[in-house]
Amino acid sequence: MSRADFTGFVTILRKEYIRIVRIWSQTLLPPVMNVALYLLIFGSFIGKRIGMMGNDSYASFIIPGLLLMAVITNSYGNVSSSFFSAKFQKNIEEILVSPIPEWLIVLGFGLGGVIRGALVALCVFLIILVAPGVELKLQNPAFAIVILLLTAGFFSFAGLMNAMFAKKFDDISFIPTFVLTPLTYLGGIFYPLSSLPEFWQKVSAANPVLHIVNALRYAFLGHSDLSYWYAVVFLVVGNAVLYYVCLTYLKKGMGIRN
Amino acid sequence: MHAIEINGMRKTYTGGFEALKGIDLTVEKGDFFALLGPNGAGKSTLIGILASLVIKSNGICRIMGVDIDKDIARAKSYLGLVPQEFNLNIFEPPMQILVNQAGYYGISTKVARKRAEKYLTDLGIMDKAFTPTRMLSGGMKRRLMIARALIHEPAILILDEPTAGVDIELRKLIWNFLIELNKAGTTIILTTHYLEEAEYLCRNIAIIDQGTIIAHTQMRKLLARLNQQTYVVEVAKPIQKVPVMRDFAVSKIDDLTLEVTVKKNQPMNGIFAALTAKKIAIRNIREKTNRLEQLFLELTAKQVAS
Repeated sequence: MSRADFTGFVTILRKEYIRIVRIWSQTLLPPVMNVALYLLIFGSFIGKRIGMMGNDSYASFIIPGLLLMAVITNSYGNVSSSFFSAKFQKNIEEILVSPIPEWLIVLGFGLGGVIRGALVALCVFLIILVAPGVELKLQNPAFAIVILLLTAGFFSFAGLMNAMFAKKFDDISFIPTFVLTPLTYLGGIFYPLSSLPEFWQKVSAANPVLHIVNALRYAFLGHSDLSYWYAVVFLVVGNAVLYYVCLTYLKKGMGIRN
Repeated sequence: MHAIEINGMRKTYTGGFEALKGIDLTVEKGDFFALLGPNGAGKSTLIGILASLVIKSNGICRIMGVDIDKDIARAKSYLGLVPQEFNLNIFEPPMQILVNQAGYYGISTKVARKRAEKYLTDLGIMDKAFTPTRMLSGGMKRRLMIARALIHEPAILILDEPTAGVDIELRKLIWNFLIELNKAGTTIILTTHYLEEAEYLCRNIAIIDQGTIIAHTQMRKLLARLNQQTYVVEVAKPIQKVPVMRDFAVSKIDDLTLEVTVKKNQPMNGIFAALTAKKIAIRNIREKTNRLEQLFLELTAKQVAS
């Protein structure tokens, strides 16, 4: 990478960071509010009635899933809205006419989503730390960070792909509403896999979010329903595949250039 | 080496519409070049290909000698584009837009800020440097787009209708700015619907219609092709009827103004003699400035007819 390309790449990241911070009430505050309410209702009010999940409180059980849900929604939403807004206002042309190579444009927008995911994760984590009556267990912080970053990257590239093909604002809300929300809510955030009938356990196994939630739960609690390897392999391969697809689309100008 | 060299450029859009039908075009370094044509002629498509916003179907394009198919990054670095439509991020202030744009070209923030201050000052909008762009007027946004296109100091500046919708005073400011820029060595390619603008600013011209170049020459030579010239004659006293003049076509604009068309090589003295014979006193006479418009309409009409 040349020095000029590096400056261009840093500019994309800086622009994304400034945008996230400038509209913090839309980007950082809502996930914190959501998680605080989930912890209050499910962790405190209902959680006490549910009782222990093995050796863990119900609040400890749902914390990894809540964190992951915030990261998925926000990293996806950041790139889809940022890229689509730039496409809609046509200021994406500012980047397209410049000499920055396409591979850095894709990486820049993708990492922009990861920055939002990481900032949201940090804010949510701070809320978890100060939430009354919530016992935080974090057995393997490094592995938790790896899973969260890989998840943010995967859903950022997915959001970028969505934004490339979107023609109107409705098109970027369809996938989060009708695909991501069911996948996350049915991804074992609030219940252990063993609580489902055997048939639905097999169906659920096809949901990648279930594996990612369990991998993060392993990092927090030291145990989970499923092996974390599937999630790690899925996220690493998924990041590479989505990055490649986005790059190919951008090079061909699909949805962007005439 | 030419600033721009285009050979056999074709563009067919999805759906089969052929916007460019094998265009050849050269623009010399340091030129002030007009690219004219009616709406839908292919001007914006051609500019889009030069700026990498439209993917060509066929043909070769070199920018400052660099083939866009071989080294697109270097070719892009020579070019600055002021598009026809506003394409600014309305939530960002001008300074941030300019610093970001410079960054995309590998220019450090420190250098970018200095350049941004210079161009915003030269274009008269430095006082709006930190105002969100959505608060700017149309004329301010136009000037901001010019500053943005120049922030990396390109060798070639392409302006797609830069003065559309701006008032006369601001248009003059932009014209003077562009003249100075061109004198400093920047090659400028201009598309406009204000033909007097092209006539006033540009030395060379190409007219594109229905995806083909129908004229590509010096502005002076093109205007010389006109076989007639129209003059606006202001008379001292109101006249009721159009005076009949045997050698000239005359029309009345209002009671005090006539338009007289003189054929090429026909002496103008005849106008004075004929009007004096009709006892019409002349207060003022001036050349009608839309010569290029007349020629443009003639050329594009021929194209439609053929």
